Order: sequence, then C-alpha cells, then structure tokens
Amino acid sequence: MIDRRGFLKGSAGLAGAGAIAGAGAVGLATPSLAQGADNKVLRFVPQANLANLDPIWGTQYVVRNGSLMIWDILYGVNDKLEPQPQMVEAHEVSPDFKTWTFRLRPGLKFHDNEPVLAKDAVASINRWMARDATMGLPIKRRLDALEVVDDRTFRFRLNQPYPKMLFALGKSSTPCLFIMPERIAATDPFKQITEIVGSGPMRFRKDEWVPGSRAAFERFAGYVPRVEKASWLAGGKRMMLDRVEWHILPDAATASAALQSGEVDWWETPVPDLVPLLRKTSGIAVDIADPLGNIGSLRLNHLHPPFNDVRARRAVQLAVNQSDYMQAVVGDDPGLWKEVPGYFTPDTPLYTEVGGEPLKGPRNYELAKKLLAESGYKGEPIVLLVATDLAVIKAQGDVTADALKRIGMNVEYAALDWGTVGQRRAKKEPPAQGGWNIFHTWHAGADCVNPAPYIALDASGDTAWFGWPKSDLVQERIQAWYGAPDLAAEKQAIAALNQAAMEHVVYVPTGFFKGYQAWRKTLTGVVKAPFPIFWDVSKS
Amino acid sequence: MLAYATRRVLATIPVILIVALFVFSLLYIAPGDPAAIIAGDQATPDDVERIRASLGLDRPFVIRFVDWLWSVLQGDLGNSIFTNLPVSHMIQQRIEPTLSLMALTLTLSLSFAIPMGVIAAWKHGTWIDRLVMMTAVFGFSTPVFVIGYLLAFVFALKLDWLPVQGFTSISHGLLPFLRNLILPAVALGLVYMALIARITRATMLDVLSQDYVRTAKAKGVGQRGILFLHALKNAAVPIVTIVGIGFAALIGGAVVTESVFAIPGLGRLTVDAILRRDYPVIQGVVLLFSCVYVVVNLIVDLLYTLFDPRIRY
Repeated sequence: MIDRRGFLKGSAGLAGAGAIAGAGAVGLATPSLAQGADNKVLRFVPQANLANLDPIWGTQYVVRNGSLMIWDILYGVNDKLEPQPQMVEAHEVSPDFKTWTFRLRPGLKFHDNEPVLAKDAVASINRWMARDATMGLPIKRRLDALEVVDDRTFRFRLNQPYPKMLFALGKSSTPCLFIMPERIAATDPFKQITEIVGSGPMRFRKDEWVPGSRAAFERFAGYVPRVEKASWLAGGKRMMLDRVEWHILPDAATASAALQSGEVDWWETPVPDLVPLLRKTSGIAVDIADPLGNIGSLRLNHLHPPFNDVRARRAVQLAVNQSDYMQAVVGDDPGLWKEVPGYFTPDTPLYTEVGGEPLKGPRNYELAKKLLAESGYKGEPIVLLVATDLAVIKAQGDVTADALKRIGMNVEYAALDWGTVGQRRAKKEPPAQGGWNIFHTWHAGADCVNPAPYIALDASGDTAWFGWPKSDLVQERIQAWYGAPDLAAEKQAIAALNQAAMEHVVYVPTGFFKGYQAWRKTLTGVVKAPFPIFWDVSKS
Repeated sequence: MLAYATRRVLATIPVILIVALFVFSLLYIAPGDPAAIIAGDQATPDDVERIRASLGLDRPFVIRFVDWLWSVLQGDLGNSIFTNLPVSHMIQQRIEPTLSLMALTLTLSLSFAIPMGVIAAWKHGTWIDRLVMMTAVFGFSTPVFVIGYLLAFVFALKLDWLPVQGFTSISHGLLPFLRNLILPAVALGLVYMALIARITRATMLDVLSQDYVRTAKAKGVGQRGILFLHALKNAAVPIVTIVGIGFAALIGGAVVTESVFAIPGLGRLTVDAILRRDYPVIQGVVLLFSCVYVVVNLIVDLLYTLFDPRIRY
C-alpha cells in the first residue's frame, strides 16, 4: 500500500535523479513571494511554524530562534559555551557571589528608538525569572532585591551565593532572558505580549506575518554591534542582509524541492531521508546543524508500579540498546549519532561516562527479566505513550515496545499526537486511570551541558519534571556542582552526579543524535550552532 | 421560489447551531492541551496549570460554549490561543488562496469532466469511452499528494516552467496567479473531474436511451444539439448533485494540496490549529466550512428548479 511518507521518499528520489541528470538544467523558478533585491533577502525554512513571538510565554525553540534576531540579550554564549557580555558593558560581583552589579553598554536602542535603560532590564529579568524553572526561579528564591542603580546600572542582592549568574543571564536554552521595554516586560508572564519591540539587529514585520506561512524580519539601522567577532550569541551581530524571510514549509519534499529550485536559500532541518539527495545536488551545501545535538529520552513514571521500584527501572535500562534507537531515529548515517552512556552532552567539557556501564555492551535480557521479577512485576499493562506525529518520538516508541516485550513486559502502546501526550504526561494518576508508565522525548544537547538548565535530571520528587523521580543523592550532587569553584571540581561533581542518576535511573538516555542543515552555496557565513545564526551570513 | 429560498436559508440556522455545538463538544471531549504545548518541555506542571487558567480553559464547558456563541453572534470569533491574533483576521489572511484554489479547481474540473462524460456516453463502448473511464479510474485511485509531487517534479524541477510552492494573489496579475495555482488545481481537480465525468457518462447513457432523444433524432436534430441541448440539460440534476456533494471532498483535498504546495490557505490553518489544539481557530474555521457547505447545498437545491421546471417545493 502506498503511503505519504513512502511516496515522499520516492518522489524526492525522482526529483534528485532529475536534478543530478539536469546538473544545472534545473534552474531557478521564479520565487512566488517577495521578489526584490535578491542578494539582500534571505529565504529561510525554519524547523516549525512561528506561531507566536513571546519567548517568555511560549518556550518553543522556533520562537527562541526568531526572538534572537529581534531582542538582544545581556550575555550570550559563544561556541565554547562561555557566557560573554552582549548588552552588558561590565559587571562587578562581591567575593561571596551575593551581590551582582551590571552596567549596560551606552547607545543601546529599542526598535521604537527609545533608549534601553536599566529599568527595562529589571522588568525583563522579573518576567523571565517567573517562567524559567531551571535558572530564573532559583535566582528569584535567593533574591533580596533587584534594583535600578542608575539609567545604565542595575543590581542583584541575593541572600545566598549564586556563582552561575552569568551562565543564567546568558543561557541559550528556553526561556532565554531577552530584554524588552519595561511597558512590555510588565505583562503577566503567563499572558502573551502584544507588542513586538526589541533592540536586536532585526525588527519584526508584524504586518507581514501570516502564522503558518510566512514571517519577515528587516534590518534595524539603529543597532550597534559589539566590536568583537561574532561567535554564536556572543560578539558583534553584524547583519549583511536587509531582510530575512521565514517560509513555513511543513512538507519535507516541498522544502527539498524549493531549495533545489532556488525558491528558498536555507533549510534548517532537512529530514535524514532527503539528505543524500541534497548532497548530490549541485549548488547545495549540507552540514551538521547543531554540534551539541540532542539526547533521546525514555522517561519512566516513578510514582507507580512497576517503575516505582528501582529494579524495574534498571531492567528497562538493561534492555535499552542505544544503537537500535539511534538507527531508528536518524537512519544508518554514522556521522549523525553515537551511543551515550551518560546524561551529559558528548564533546562538551563536563561530559562523563562514570556510572554508564548499564548502557554499554551487549544487552542482558536475562538479568533484566530477573530484576523485573524481583521488583514484583506480574504482567500488568505498561502504558507507553507514543506521539506518532513526531518522527523522532515515534521511532523511539517502536523500539521501546519491542525491547519491553523482549524482557516479558505487557506493553499497551498508546498511539497519540504530541498535543495529547503533552496533556497526559502531566497526570499523576495510576496508568489504569488515565496516567502512564513511559513516554519519549528528546533534550537539546545545549540543555544538557550542565545541571543548571537540565530540568530532566532534577530528582526532587513532586517538583521534578514529568515522571517525578526522587533521589536525595542526585539532588545533593546537583548542589555540589553549583558550589564547585573551578572546572576540575565541576568535573568531579558531574561524574558523581552521573553515577547517582544512572543508579537511580532518573531516566534512560536512548542515544545522542544530530541533525543536518542545508543551504544554497550562494550563502556564505552559515555556522554550526544550536540555533540558526543570521548575522555574518551574506548572499551572492 | 423566493419563499422556498427564504425557508431554506432560515432552515440553515439551526443546522449551523447544531454544527457549532457539535464542534465545541468534540473539542471539549478530545484529548490534548494547548497549555502544555505553549508551556513547552521545560515547564513545570504548575506553569501548565497557570497557563490553562490564563486561557480560560479551566472554566466549565457550558460557560465556555455560551461565551463563545454570544461572541460569534456579535461577529467575534475570538483570538487564537497561540498567535493572539483575531480568528477573523487569520481567516481573512487565508481565505483568498483557498477560494482561488477551489474556484480554479472547479472551473478546470467542470470544463473537462462534463465534455469527457458526454463524449464517453456518445461513443459508448469505443476506445474513447474506455480511455475516459481509465482516466477517471486513475483520477479516483491516485492520492492527491502523489499527483501533486509528480506534477511538481515534472513541471517545476524538471521543466522549470512553474514554481514548486507558494501563492501569488490575483491582484499581482493573472499570470503570476495562475503560475502558482495551476499545479495544485490540477492535482486537486483530478479526483473531482473523475467523479463528475463518471456521473455525467452514466446519466447521459440513461438519457440518450429515452424516447424523446429518438424522436429528436427522427426530426433531424444534429448530434451536437441532441447531446448538449436536449440530453445534457435532462442529465443535469444528478450532475449538479454530485458537484455539490463533491464540494466536501474538495475541502478535504484542499488540506493536503495546500500542504504539498505550501499554499497559505484555510486547509493548512485548520491542520495547524488541530495539531496545537488552538480551539478558537478550529471552531471558527469549521463553522465557516459548515456555512459554505450549507450554502453550496442550498445553491444545488435551487439549481434543480432551473434545470428541471417540473421540480416544485
């Protein structure tokens, strides 16, 4: 039987054959939208629909990515994951890490030409702290005062030390701290803002916005970049383009064809099936998009049997074969995935495999069955929530269903869409009463570089992320990292944390995978990063 | 006739109200939570609850329905949960591409399908008849997206005659408008064309065997006159019926076609809204489609009396 996904691959293959045979005969079809000074207009296909533009209210990555053009940030991480001053000119910190004073760069302007003042930063920080569970709320809990000192200076006074302040203010995971005018930042953090006014290098053309189809950004002439060379979110954000258009193309074959025909310039997330075709097409470059990649996640519900018993969780851990998962997720391209016997992002300073033995080597189904029996499991249905509308999750769900059956579990495979999984995973009721046992997701590698933005590793029980793991030892070791004075001490703390989390099976990593991006070779300056970076990109 | 039309228009009001209640109830019963989607993966359960409350999703069903209905009666379809834009504005942004696609599809389908059906009936049993029927079977059996991808491959990538995707308003000129819309209209229209061609052929075969057609032939009326003046007019009622019924299929097909060709129309708006549980948008669009469908059926009923004056209501 023919299905849409299968045909997509076949027709794209046909297209590829034609494109290769034509080698240049496949010319440029006239773009249907916004024709103009073509080498100053970038047409970009984002990973998803830009359905709103409030990066505090909604935390989707696509919103963050658009927001990075519109709003500026106090600190930005560079490609070494170090926070660097961006809107901030300088800061002072007391020796006990309790008082932090920041001075803004002179000459910063919002898109309505009003100056950026300390009161704007303070209002924006307050809104951000209310919504950022990983770093904002911990700061808020330590806060005695956040005060304006003068037009360009503001100060945190904390009642406990917070040495990771710069990392928090410059975090790239959502929600990021974007600086908005005070009147906008005063909006209830649980309500959406209605004015899109930032101080970033591009201004948003709300009048041209057709959600689900198109969004446009125009260069803001009043933006003054820093003098340093740009590196990810740090340094001088020099816009070489007058206009960036986002074209929402939900169909992968259409996006691929549009890139080949020159109707778009850059596709953020080409599906792995189509990458070989794009590689063979002249005029198109393909490379890894985000070097920090993603970590797949098998999330267990720690509240209910059988996974309220660590032996049952370890049984699942022993049944997980990461190479099966990763090949199901990204195919057989070895450059796209690797096994990751740990919780932290590979190739980053704190990566460790200490305690990762249960995920290494051949799978031990017999031991898994033994542990399961010891846990008291007697064939009760295991409710596995699978969001079938997201390929990465569907693939993981299918592999898990098979692995669980291999160790004798009775799997109840609930095929749902992501919207329904999002609702159901929040239920703490037993699985038989509308709850769940397992669901899948993935975590951006940028969120797994250390414990601060890593909500999935929190094991605080009731207040932890879905699945509600509870381990005092894991929590102690997270706190030990916060107190670590240098990199060596941080590494030691992370190794101990990884071991404790593996033993407790906070969740089961299913592997590390990356994605590609593809662009026409008329573009220069495209870099690998966890987010698309438009500054320093030019078009010939 | 006027009294009948008035009665029918008034009768559509309870139908639309029932549709509204049905759609609202369906969304209420259906699982899924826009608050969870808005809050994102990093949100705590408390955050999700607060967002739900701020959106008013924690209020009882009846209050939400009455509020919504009252607003709709005042011409306010509410605001999208995700974009915060008025639903009426979002529909306004999307209606032109969808209407254009449907109009062009309908025009193409009728222009080709009716002559094809008539000729197949006239040449019944010949290779022409078989060719038309084969084409109809192909049109029926091939999914819209398959035809869409094939057309895009041949005419956009291979021949470079037309763009792969997008939409240009007719206000920018007829040619750019047609360049963008011709492939989607053909892809969407093929199944519709097959449907109409088959019904036309079957009905014409029946009509052509009637006594009055034999009489017309005996009186020396030419073949063209018999086919298009006498027979086709008498075969029109079932054809018009199938055009009306097929309109629903056209709306469904537009969803797929708009995705394949990235046309910013109501079909894509509906799919996006359903996936995100953007209730006000789903309600607004489904209500609009229901009204359009009711109106199309009303027009079909009124056309019956035009084609067959014996029909009285």
